[in-house]
Amino acid sequence: MAAAPGPPRRPPTGTNGIVARSADASARARQRRRLLRSVRTHLLVGSLGLLYFFPVFWMLLASTRTDAEMFHFPPHIIPQRWAFSNYIDAFNFMPFLQYTWNTTLIAGLNVVGTVLSCSLAAYAFSRVRWHGRTFVFALVLSTMLLPYPVTVIPLYVVFSHLNLVGTFAPLILPSFFGNAFFIFLLRQFFMTLPRELDEAARIDGASHVTIFLRIIIPLARPALGVVAMLTFLNNWTDFLGPKVYLQDPSMYTLSQGMAFFTGQHEFRWTLLMAASVLFVLPIVVVFLAAQRTFIQGIAMTGLKG
Amino acid sequence: MYLAPKRGRTAGLTRDERSNLRVGLLFCCPFLLGFLIFTLYPMLASLYWSFTHYDGLNAPRWLGLNNYRFLLTKDDVFRQALSNTLYLVLVGVPIQLLAAFATALLLTMEIRGMAVYRTLYILPAFLPLVPVAFLWSFMFNGENGIVNLALGALHVPEPGWFTDPSWSKPGLVLLFVWTIGTTTIVYIAALQEVPAHLYESAAIDGAGRLRRLWHITIPMSSPATVFNLITIMIATFQIFATSYVLSGGLDSSVGNPQGSMMFYIPYIWQTAFSYLHFGYASAMAWILFLIVMAFTAVLLIVSRRLVYYEGGGH
Repeated sequence: MAAAPGPPRRPPTGTNGIVARSADASARARQRRRLLRSVRTHLLVGSLGLLYFFPVFWMLLASTRTDAEMFHFPPHIIPQRWAFSNYIDAFNFMPFLQYTWNTTLIAGLNVVGTVLSCSLAAYAFSRVRWHGRTFVFALVLSTMLLPYPVTVIPLYVVFSHLNLVGTFAPLILPSFFGNAFFIFLLRQFFMTLPRELDEAARIDGASHVTIFLRIIIPLARPALGVVAMLTFLNNWTDFLGPKVYLQDPSMYTLSQGMAFFTGQHEFRWTLLMAASVLFVLPIVVVFLAAQRTFIQGIAMTGLKG
Repeated sequence: MYLAPKRGRTAGLTRDERSNLRVGLLFCCPFLLGFLIFTLYPMLASLYWSFTHYDGLNAPRWLGLNNYRFLLTKDDVFRQALSNTLYLVLVGVPIQLLAAFATALLLTMEIRGMAVYRTLYILPAFLPLVPVAFLWSFMFNGENGIVNLALGALHVPEPGWFTDPSWSKPGLVLLFVWTIGTTTIVYIAALQEVPAHLYESAAIDGAGRLRRLWHITIPMSSPATVFNLITIMIATFQIFATSYVLSGGLDSSVGNPQGSMMFYIPYIWQTAFSYLHFGYASAMAWILFLIVMAFTAVLLIVSRRLVYYEGGGH
């Protein structure tokens, strides 16, 4: 497989005067070879890319099939009768708006909590030098390795003593107390901001709160955007948390709502696929709109980890 | 750091040091409080409960090591959940890592329009797992799912996938491979950081593609490999939603077919929240914690050694 990323191919400069070929013919041959190679690469990357995209495409098609055509043999790739009514039916089959609202509320408040608490901690870890900083930062990193289930059972007991099981609180409150991964991500970003800025502000008598709010936060907007989007995404798609804490079906999230289509007797595949498209759509839109930010955020944590 | 004159020294700290300490703690106090409430207390509580019988209502009853002894010697479901999960880690994780690396190689080739291709490859990683798993069980339907129709057309045997205990986990690994995009992103970033002059001088020395891959690309991206291995491994140990969906629906009993899809965290969940055996489930959670720590430690030690040899070899 033509795999290893080669050196960037520059046209030979020819300024050293040693090159003594019949430049014209070989240049044309080289150009042809380069064209061939690029066509081959396009074919390889493109066909695999289409294979990667196929499941999404298949979901879109399935969401517009009739029940009869869903498992028809041999399958029609393109539905013979378009059943766009699946979307309306899916919408009515479960409390779609209610669940969308529940999911949005939980995810949105998690974004607020995470951005607030993590940016504060990241500031303390990157811009203030204090005794015990290394130790506390080591605590942050160590919590990243902790599997969720070690804490989920005691937390459930705590929240049930507080009579908060069955409310959104257990799904929202913890985000206001920091998240190791995002503290780390923001700290890495804050470290790249020039120190001269806050030192100058200090000389002018600015307090840490002022520096944080007026200098660091505005400059860190791209990183905060990454944290906000990843937090929203994690909560939009979470299944374990809602499954543990939410009992009343009117409070379910979209992930839980999918269960409506998998009743005791039969799967409502067409409606399930239509609901899935509606569920997935906001993510796709956000991803396409902010792809660069997503990719940079993940690359940032991965590279400096 | 702010070069203030040291005066007003009390308790071993200057005034500036004390004020910095105050500011640091103030900015960190959400995290510190959260650490106490949402991490340290739960860890200690679950450690204590793991030695007790506890249903969440009545006072815990001390059992000593009985929970652990029963788990490790008598509990067949636990053994199955553990071995299924280890299968995913030992077989699935390397496959995922290779897939991510290979796609990253493809996606760093120099052609026009690469951004579009990257979108195609990476988008699936961001889709919610529940609908994705439903889509998977639809496509991998043993009777007339599109995957088996394609395999049939190629005259390849058609596995029963999620109705066949020996094919359900390979089907799951395929889903993981499809959603490996975030790992691919980390690799793409790492590959782009490799200095171009390394490839240039290797090419001048006559090194072919494969040798450049082996001697430059793989070693230079090895920090990303360590990071990716650890994150995929932890994520794999924590599989939950997909196993429910692919066992036949969100409300069904998890594990079908024939326990082949019973994994570690679904079993903890079932033990704690269906049977209210909080003590027993806590013991399981602690065993998982120790396993994850051990795997991570081994990975870090091995990787350090590899990096050392690489540095010493040149």
